[in-house]
Amino acid sequence: MKRLLSIKFPAKLENLGRFMESVSNCARRQGFDQKKIHEIELATEEALVNICSYAYPEKPGDVEINCKIENDRFIIEIIDSGVPFDMTSLPDPDLTADIDERKMGGLGVFFIKKLMDEVRYRRENDRNILNLIVKKEKG
Amino acid sequence: MEIQTRKERNGVIVSVKGRMDAVTAPEFEKTLSDLIIKGENTFLLNFGALEYISSAGLRSILATAKKLKEKQGKILFVGLRGPVEEVFKISGFHSIFKIFDSEEIALKEMAPKEIE
Repeated sequence: MKRLLSIKFPAKLENLGRFMESVSNCARRQGFDQKKIHEIELATEEALVNICSYAYPEKPGDVEINCKIENDRFIIEIIDSGVPFDMTSLPDPDLTADIDERKMGGLGVFFIKKLMDEVRYRRENDRNILNLIVKKEKG
Repeated sequence: MEIQTRKERNGVIVSVKGRMDAVTAPEFEKTLSDLIIKGENTFLLNFGALEYISSAGLRSILATAKKLKEKQGKILFVGLRGPVEEVFKISGFHSIFKIFDSEEIALKEMAPKEIE
Protein backbone atom coordinates (compact mmCIF):
# COMPACT_ATOMS: atom_id res chain seq x y z
CA MET A 1 0.00 0.00 0.00
CA LYS A 2 1.33 3.39 -0.96
CA ARG A 3 -0.07 6.52 0.65
CA LEU A 4 -0.30 9.47 -1.74
CA LEU A 5 -2.24 12.13 0.11
CA SER A 6 -3.62 12.84 3.56
CA ILE A 7 -5.57 16.01 4.30
CA LYS A 8 -8.00 17.09 6.97
CA PHE A 9 -10.20 20.19 7.16
CA PRO A 10 -13.41 21.21 8.93
CA ALA A 11 -16.44 19.61 7.26
CA LYS A 12 -17.67 22.82 5.64
CA LEU A 13 -18.67 23.53 2.06
CA GLU A 14 -16.18 26.40 1.94
CA ASN A 15 -13.41 23.76 2.06
CA LEU A 16 -14.83 21.78 -0.87
CA GLY A 17 -12.49 23.46 -3.37
CA ARG A 18 -9.35 22.60 -1.39
CA PHE A 19 -10.34 18.96 -1.04
CA MET A 20 -11.29 18.64 -4.70
CA GLU A 21 -8.11 20.23 -5.97
CA SER A 22 -5.91 17.97 -3.85
CA VAL A 23 -7.75 14.81 -4.89
CA SER A 24 -7.84 15.65 -8.58
CA ASN A 25 -4.12 16.57 -8.62
CA CYS A 26 -3.39 13.29 -6.92
CA ALA A 27 -5.44 11.35 -9.50
CA ARG A 28 -3.75 13.25 -12.32
CA ARG A 29 -0.30 12.27 -11.04
CA GLN A 30 -1.45 8.66 -11.17
CA GLY A 31 -1.96 9.05 -14.90
CA PHE A 32 -5.76 8.90 -15.04
CA ASP A 33 -7.27 10.53 -18.12
CA GLN A 34 -9.45 13.64 -17.93
CA LYS A 35 -12.71 11.67 -18.08
CA LYS A 36 -11.70 9.47 -15.15
CA ILE A 37 -10.45 12.49 -13.18
CA HIS A 38 -13.83 14.13 -13.68
CA GLU A 39 -15.58 11.01 -12.38
CA ILE A 40 -13.28 10.91 -9.35
CA GLU A 41 -13.98 14.62 -8.68
CA LEU A 42 -17.70 14.11 -8.98
CA ALA A 43 -17.79 11.09 -6.63
CA THR A 44 -15.57 12.92 -4.13
CA GLU A 45 -17.72 16.06 -4.20
CA GLU A 46 -20.92 14.05 -3.67
CA ALA A 47 -19.45 12.21 -0.67
CA LEU A 48 -18.05 15.42 0.85
CA VAL A 49 -21.26 17.40 0.38
CA ASN A 50 -23.20 14.69 2.22
CA ILE A 51 -20.75 14.88 5.12
CA CYS A 52 -20.78 18.70 5.19
CA SER A 53 -24.60 18.73 5.12
CA TYR A 54 -25.54 15.85 7.43
CA ALA A 55 -22.65 14.35 9.42
CA TYR A 56 -22.46 16.99 12.13
CA PRO A 57 -25.97 18.24 12.95
CA GLU A 58 -25.01 19.53 16.40
CA LYS A 59 -21.37 20.43 16.70
CA PRO A 60 -18.88 21.01 13.87
CA GLY A 61 -16.33 18.35 12.98
CA ASP A 62 -13.62 17.44 10.51
CA VAL A 63 -13.38 15.38 7.40
CA GLU A 64 -10.22 13.61 6.38
CA ILE A 65 -9.24 12.34 2.96
CA ASN A 66 -6.50 9.82 2.30
CA CYS A 67 -5.58 8.76 -1.22
CA LYS A 68 -3.63 5.59 -1.69
CA ILE A 69 -2.68 2.94 -4.19
CA GLU A 70 -3.17 -0.71 -3.36
CA ASN A 71 -2.84 -3.53 -5.88
CA ASP A 72 -3.41 -1.27 -8.90
CA ARG A 73 -6.44 0.28 -7.25
CA PHE A 74 -6.66 4.00 -6.52
CA ILE A 75 -8.47 4.44 -3.22
CA ILE A 76 -10.01 7.68 -1.96
CA GLU A 77 -10.70 7.15 1.72
CA ILE A 78 -13.07 9.66 3.28
CA ILE A 79 -13.39 9.69 7.06
CA ASP A 80 -15.68 11.62 9.40
CA SER A 81 -16.65 11.25 13.05
CA GLY A 82 -20.26 12.26 12.51
CA VAL A 83 -23.56 10.38 12.69
CA PRO A 84 -23.45 6.87 11.19
CA PHE A 85 -24.26 6.91 7.49
CA ASP A 86 -23.92 3.93 5.18
CA MET A 87 -24.60 5.18 1.68
CA THR A 88 -24.04 1.73 0.22
CA SER A 89 -27.33 0.62 1.81
CA LEU A 90 -29.47 3.30 0.12
CA PRO A 91 -31.80 2.38 -2.74
CA ASP A 92 -31.26 3.98 -6.16
CA PRO A 93 -33.49 6.93 -7.11
CA ASP A 94 -36.19 6.55 -9.77
CA LEU A 95 -34.44 7.92 -12.86
CA THR A 96 -37.47 7.71 -15.11
CA ALA A 97 -39.82 9.97 -13.11
CA ASP A 98 -40.81 13.16 -14.93
CA ILE A 99 -40.29 16.71 -13.62
CA ASP A 100 -43.33 16.61 -11.32
CA GLU A 101 -42.59 13.26 -9.72
CA ARG A 102 -38.83 13.46 -9.74
CA LYS A 103 -37.40 13.60 -6.21
CA MET A 104 -34.69 16.10 -5.35
CA GLY A 105 -32.42 13.77 -3.38
CA GLY A 106 -30.51 10.57 -3.88
CA LEU A 107 -28.65 11.45 -7.07
CA GLY A 108 -25.29 12.17 -5.41
CA VAL A 109 -25.05 8.73 -3.84
CA PHE A 110 -26.22 7.18 -7.10
CA PHE A 111 -23.41 8.95 -9.00
CA ILE A 112 -20.83 7.62 -6.54
CA LYS A 113 -22.06 4.04 -6.93
CA LYS A 114 -22.33 4.36 -10.68
CA LEU A 115 -18.95 5.98 -11.36
CA MET A 116 -16.68 4.16 -8.94
CA ASP A 117 -15.55 0.59 -9.53
CA GLU A 118 -16.23 -0.24 -5.90
CA VAL A 119 -17.59 1.58 -2.83
CA ARG A 120 -16.91 0.25 0.65
CA TYR A 121 -18.22 1.52 3.96
CA ARG A 122 -17.39 0.63 7.51
CA ARG A 123 -18.10 2.15 10.91
CA GLU A 124 -15.03 1.96 13.11
CA ASN A 125 -14.25 3.69 16.43
CA ASP A 126 -17.25 6.01 15.98
CA ARG A 127 -16.05 7.04 12.55
CA ASN A 128 -17.57 6.61 9.10
CA ILE A 129 -14.93 5.26 6.74
CA LEU A 130 -15.87 5.37 3.08
CA ASN A 131 -13.59 3.94 0.42
CA LEU A 132 -14.12 5.03 -3.18
CA ILE A 133 -12.14 2.67 -5.39
CA VAL A 134 -11.05 3.11 -9.01
CA LYS A 135 -9.15 0.39 -10.81
CA LYS A 136 -6.00 1.52 -12.57
CA GLU A 137 -5.65 0.21 -16.07
CA LYS A 138 -2.49 -1.79 -16.42
CA GLY A 139 0.09 -1.10 -19.09
CA MET B 1 -18.83 29.86 -12.41
CA GLU B 2 -19.98 32.73 -14.65
CA ILE B 3 -23.56 33.33 -15.71
CA GLN B 4 -24.62 35.51 -18.63
CA THR B 5 -28.22 36.20 -19.50
CA ARG B 6 -29.54 37.47 -22.79
CA LYS B 7 -33.14 38.37 -23.43
CA GLU B 8 -34.57 37.16 -26.72
CA ARG B 9 -38.05 37.73 -28.08
CA ASN B 10 -39.30 34.34 -26.92
CA GLY B 11 -37.35 33.85 -23.73
CA VAL B 12 -34.06 34.23 -21.93
CA ILE B 13 -30.81 32.54 -22.93
CA VAL B 14 -28.70 31.76 -19.88
CA SER B 15 -25.08 30.83 -20.62
CA VAL B 16 -23.17 29.17 -17.81
CA LYS B 17 -19.41 28.84 -17.77
CA GLY B 18 -17.09 26.93 -15.43
CA ARG B 19 -18.18 24.63 -12.62
CA MET B 20 -21.64 24.18 -11.18
CA ASP B 21 -21.05 22.43 -7.88
CA ALA B 22 -22.49 22.50 -4.36
CA VAL B 23 -20.83 25.89 -3.76
CA THR B 24 -21.90 27.64 -6.97
CA ALA B 25 -25.27 25.99 -7.76
CA PRO B 26 -27.24 28.23 -5.34
CA GLU B 27 -26.11 31.30 -7.30
CA PHE B 28 -27.36 29.73 -10.54
CA GLU B 29 -30.70 28.85 -8.92
CA LYS B 30 -31.08 32.38 -7.56
CA THR B 31 -30.36 33.96 -10.95
CA LEU B 32 -33.13 31.93 -12.56
CA SER B 33 -35.49 32.36 -9.65
CA ASP B 34 -35.07 36.17 -9.84
CA LEU B 35 -35.87 36.07 -13.56
CA ILE B 36 -38.98 33.96 -12.88
CA ILE B 37 -40.12 36.50 -10.28
CA LYS B 38 -39.72 39.21 -12.94
CA GLY B 39 -42.14 37.24 -15.13
CA GLU B 40 -39.84 35.25 -17.40
CA ASN B 41 -41.03 31.71 -17.99
CA THR B 42 -39.07 30.39 -20.98
CA PHE B 43 -35.38 29.64 -20.62
CA LEU B 44 -32.70 28.25 -22.87
CA LEU B 45 -29.71 27.11 -20.86
CA ASN B 46 -26.52 27.15 -22.89
CA PHE B 47 -24.07 24.77 -21.20
CA GLY B 48 -21.47 24.91 -23.99
CA ALA B 49 -18.85 26.38 -21.63
CA LEU B 50 -19.90 24.41 -18.55
CA GLU B 51 -17.05 22.10 -17.58
CA TYR B 52 -18.47 20.34 -14.56
CA ILE B 53 -21.82 19.71 -12.91
CA SER B 54 -22.64 17.69 -9.79
CA SER B 55 -25.94 16.57 -8.26
CA ALA B 56 -26.21 19.98 -6.55
CA GLY B 57 -26.37 21.58 -10.01
CA LEU B 58 -28.98 19.07 -11.16
CA ARG B 59 -31.05 19.78 -8.05
CA SER B 60 -31.02 23.51 -8.88
CA ILE B 61 -32.14 22.73 -12.42
CA LEU B 62 -34.91 20.44 -11.18
CA ALA B 63 -36.09 23.00 -8.61
CA THR B 64 -36.24 25.63 -11.37
CA ALA B 65 -38.07 23.26 -13.73
CA LYS B 66 -40.66 22.48 -11.05
CA LYS B 67 -41.29 26.21 -10.50
CA LEU B 68 -41.61 26.80 -14.24
CA LYS B 69 -44.03 23.93 -14.69
CA GLU B 70 -46.44 25.64 -12.28
CA LYS B 71 -46.28 28.75 -14.48
CA GLN B 72 -46.66 26.83 -17.75
CA GLY B 73 -43.08 27.80 -18.55
CA LYS B 74 -40.34 25.73 -20.07
CA ILE B 75 -36.65 25.10 -19.86
CA LEU B 76 -34.53 23.90 -22.78
CA PHE B 77 -30.88 22.99 -23.07
CA VAL B 78 -28.17 23.43 -25.63
CA GLY B 79 -24.45 22.68 -25.82
CA LEU B 80 -24.15 19.71 -23.45
CA ARG B 81 -20.77 18.09 -23.84
CA GLY B 82 -18.18 15.92 -22.12
CA PRO B 83 -18.67 15.45 -18.38
CA VAL B 84 -21.88 17.51 -18.31
CA GLU B 85 -23.47 15.37 -21.00
CA GLU B 86 -22.38 12.23 -19.15
CA VAL B 87 -24.00 13.44 -15.92
CA PHE B 88 -27.23 14.25 -17.79
CA LYS B 89 -27.25 10.72 -19.23
CA ILE B 90 -26.48 8.88 -15.97
CA SER B 91 -29.11 10.86 -14.05
CA GLY B 92 -31.86 10.37 -16.61
CA PHE B 93 -32.10 14.18 -17.07
CA HIS B 94 -31.33 13.52 -20.71
CA SER B 95 -34.77 11.97 -21.16
CA ILE B 96 -36.84 14.37 -19.02
CA PHE B 97 -35.54 17.59 -20.60
CA LYS B 98 -35.43 18.87 -24.16
CA ILE B 99 -31.87 19.15 -25.40
CA PHE B 100 -30.84 20.75 -28.67
CA ASP B 101 -27.70 20.82 -30.78
CA SER B 102 -27.76 24.54 -31.52
CA GLU B 103 -29.25 27.76 -30.14
CA GLU B 104 -30.87 28.37 -33.51
CA ILE B 105 -32.92 25.17 -33.42
CA ALA B 106 -33.79 25.69 -29.76
CA LEU B 107 -34.97 29.27 -30.41
CA LYS B 108 -37.39 27.97 -33.03
CA GLU B 109 -38.77 25.58 -30.42
CA MET B 110 -39.21 28.51 -28.01
CA ALA B 111 -41.36 30.47 -30.44
CA PRO B 112 -45.12 30.40 -29.77
CA LYS B 113 -46.63 27.63 -31.85
CA GLU B 114 -49.57 29.61 -33.29
CA ILE B 115 -47.22 31.90 -35.23
CA GLU B 116 -45.76 29.03 -37.24
